[in-house]
Amino acid sequence: MTGFLTLLRKEILRFWKVAVQTVGAPILTAILYLLVFSQALAEHVPVFPGVSYGAFLIPGLVMMSMLQNAFANPSSSLIQSKVTGNVVFILLPPLSYFELFAAYVLAAVARGLLVGLGVFLATVWFAPPSFVAPVWALVFAVLGCAILGTMGLIAGICAEKFDQIAAFQSFLIMPATFLAGVFYSIKTLPPFWQLVSHFNPFFYMVDGFRYGFFGQSDVPPTTSLAVALVTLAVVSGVAMQLLRTGFRIRH
Amino acid sequence: MTAAIDIRAVHKRYGSFEALSGVSLQVAQGEFFGLLGPNGAGKTSLIALIAGLNHPSSGSVSVMGHDVVSDYRQARRALGVVPQELVYDPFFTVRETLRLTSGYYGLRRNDDWIDEILANLDLTGKADANMRALSGGMKRRVLVAQALVHRPPVIVLDEPTAGVDVELRQTLWQFVKRLNREGHTIVLTTHYLEEAQELCGRIAMLKRGNVVALDDTATLLGRFGGGTVSMRLSGAPLPAALHGALVDEPGPDRRCSLRLGDWQQLEPVLARLREAGCHIDEMEVQHTDLEDVFLRIMAYTGAEQS
Repeated sequence: MTGFLTLLRKEILRFWKVAVQTVGAPILTAILYLLVFSQALAEHVPVFPGVSYGAFLIPGLVMMSMLQNAFANPSSSLIQSKVTGNVVFILLPPLSYFELFAAYVLAAVARGLLVGLGVFLATVWFAPPSFVAPVWALVFAVLGCAILGTMGLIAGICAEKFDQIAAFQSFLIMPATFLAGVFYSIKTLPPFWQLVSHFNPFFYMVDGFRYGFFGQSDVPPTTSLAVALVTLAVVSGVAMQLLRTGFRIRH
Repeated sequence: MTAAIDIRAVHKRYGSFEALSGVSLQVAQGEFFGLLGPNGAGKTSLIALIAGLNHPSSGSVSVMGHDVVSDYRQARRALGVVPQELVYDPFFTVRETLRLTSGYYGLRRNDDWIDEILANLDLTGKADANMRALSGGMKRRVLVAQALVHRPPVIVLDEPTAGVDVELRQTLWQFVKRLNREGHTIVLTTHYLEEAQELCGRIAMLKRGNVVALDDTATLLGRFGGGTVSMRLSGAPLPAALHGALVDEPGPDRRCSLRLGDWQQLEPVLARLREAGCHIDEMEVQHTDLEDVFLRIMAYTGAEQS
């Protein structure tokens, strides 16, 4: 247990020591999105009845920032360790596979929630959203961060160079989170793109999180919860298997 | 008694390249053991398997009786490894680094021991310096300290003195010798053969993934007995009967070195030179050292294999 707690603490310290970059920067980005999009799109994008576009946008931005940063934490930590070679510091000690897994993912959740809280506090003044079912919001925040943290862990294990992580981030995580209904309700999309959105697991995380604020969503929150849980189970299974076999880490 | 390290029929393949081809050796508890070989011989591959940084393709490795794959947590608790690469985590200070490493091994409040290691490695003054700010030699000391935070019974040092100044070498060897006296098993790889000769009780030599020699240091040195006699000659040329004993071609200034199986052979050599009319202008005799043994074993096994 001490081994796990130490690694968790180290992973949290790692991002906390450079918090301007790991927490401050994503908050600023989210504020910019809010200013620009709420100005440009407010009159063009119909959202939920009785909900202003700005209020609709805020939970979406919070979730998108959480997901992206939860992914960034373990992936950048691991690739840095691998490239500089100090990954041996966690490979030599008697840490179990599950301890490694849990420490990296929980640190990702911590960073995701911290960024999410920061984005929320920074944006909530522009258009205060309601807070109908906070437990749902919290559940989806934690699940979303855990899923993306696990995906970041997988990317960190598989990548051998920084640019592979960057490619994973730019070509998969960015588009999938951007197109997950952060900026619009998917009900406004043409039927084909609505269908496509339903195959994007990130859409359910954003939609379920938003339900926590407005009590309204594109799909029922229980459906979103089921999709999120299955996604978490699948990515966790993959990550544990990679750690167990030592893929690209003990080779 | 359980072997400190037990390596049995270990093969390690990377694609079609075989880094280790059937290595077996045991290191007993309390030994100071040397693992020697040219670059690419498989020393670091073997250490990676002992440390669990890598899994063998076949065969097994155990540390203090614990298999490094199936019982990896016990095996790693018993082992401290100083890696060859000069790696560090730039986010932390020396003390933070050592506290984190202690924590990974399940130890809280390890500061008394950390202070003792720091003092022994002359690092006390650098305890609160960031890792980034340290010189190469200081970073190497921190790596040694990290390998010792959990007081492992078995310590593996992979070329700890590569690129390190004389002072640190002395400090390091004093400390490692003390650890060995206190009962720690030490396994060392180095390219400085005089260090290995002085420190190691037993030596394994690796070449192209095979153990080509494994013996007590004294026995290895004795195997090639005697030594060499180097001379500068004038007068008649070196008699043909002595050409077989030449270590290498005679130099332009008629310097030559002759290998002697034992010191009894020195007298007949001098007699032949006298009979042939050679004059000895200078002479020097040298005992066989580990470097001679190493070069001869490597040359011999090379000829055998090709």
